[in-house]
Amino acid sequence: MKILNQYDNEMQLEFDSKSENESFARTVVAAFASQLNPTLEEIADIKTAVSEAVTNCIIHGYEGREGKIFVHCYISGNEIGIDVKDAGVGIENVKKAMEPLYTTRPDLERSGMGFAFMQTFMDELAVESKVKEGTLIRMKKKIQTT
Amino acid sequence: MGKSDDITWMQKENREQADFFIKEHTLIIQFNQDVDHHNAIWIREQADHLLEVKNVKNIIFDFTRVTFMDSSGIGIIMGRYKKVIFIGGKIAVCGVSETINRILSLSGLYKIMECYPSLNEALKSV
Repeated sequence: MKILNQYDNEMQLEFDSKSENESFARTVVAAFASQLNPTLEEIADIKTAVSEAVTNCIIHGYEGREGKIFVHCYISGNEIGIDVKDAGVGIENVKKAMEPLYTTRPDLERSGMGFAFMQTFMDELAVESKVKEGTLIRMKKKIQTT
Repeated sequence: MGKSDDITWMQKENREQADFFIKEHTLIIQFNQDVDHHNAIWIREQADHLLEVKNVKNIIFDFTRVTFMDSSGIGIIMGRYKKVIFIGGKIAVCGVSETINRILSLSGLYKIMECYPSLNEALKSV
């Protein structure tokens, strides 16, 4: 038994907090997930969840300023885990932030549905955040084998 | 949809993200790329400019060419809805794929708008 490899497969991305990178991030994660032979619907779920998480880092974590976003993906059996991390301002009240329709940026026409979508489209969602230190979003999804 | 006399085509440059045109009093926004936060900023600016300078009452969002939308798309639709509702306008969507349909359903937007299979059908209804 190999001890070093905790996962069957994993990859990491680090990129600038720029809105151009939203499509890059979700496309790369979807491509990585494709080795589990997901359905089109499962791929769409993953893309949406990643898009919401990365957009949160850009708008809320770094508030449009420069910074780095880290994405760590790993596969264990038929499950994919996706961690999205920023070193931005952090979330004061995570519970409140996760309420559907709650947004701190109505001026940017944010719908307040980001976390709700992550929750709906993934099997597990955990949010760890510290004010002035950053936010880590951990998501997991089992790919149904047919 | 071909060009015809009753359609006013809008802005020529930068049509990568979306095309805008006006038929009678209806603004049609045809998305050409994934509807995410990055593209939403530009689309919102263009749409609001047209709403200001043109006599627009209704808006149709045409998703025929796209397969991806995240919660940023909900912001685009809701934001424009708030602008036209005051003048008795309507909004509608058309050409919606299964994945985008799920997002629209979950967001509750079908309470305020109808979905049509094609742009022509949407145009007939508004």
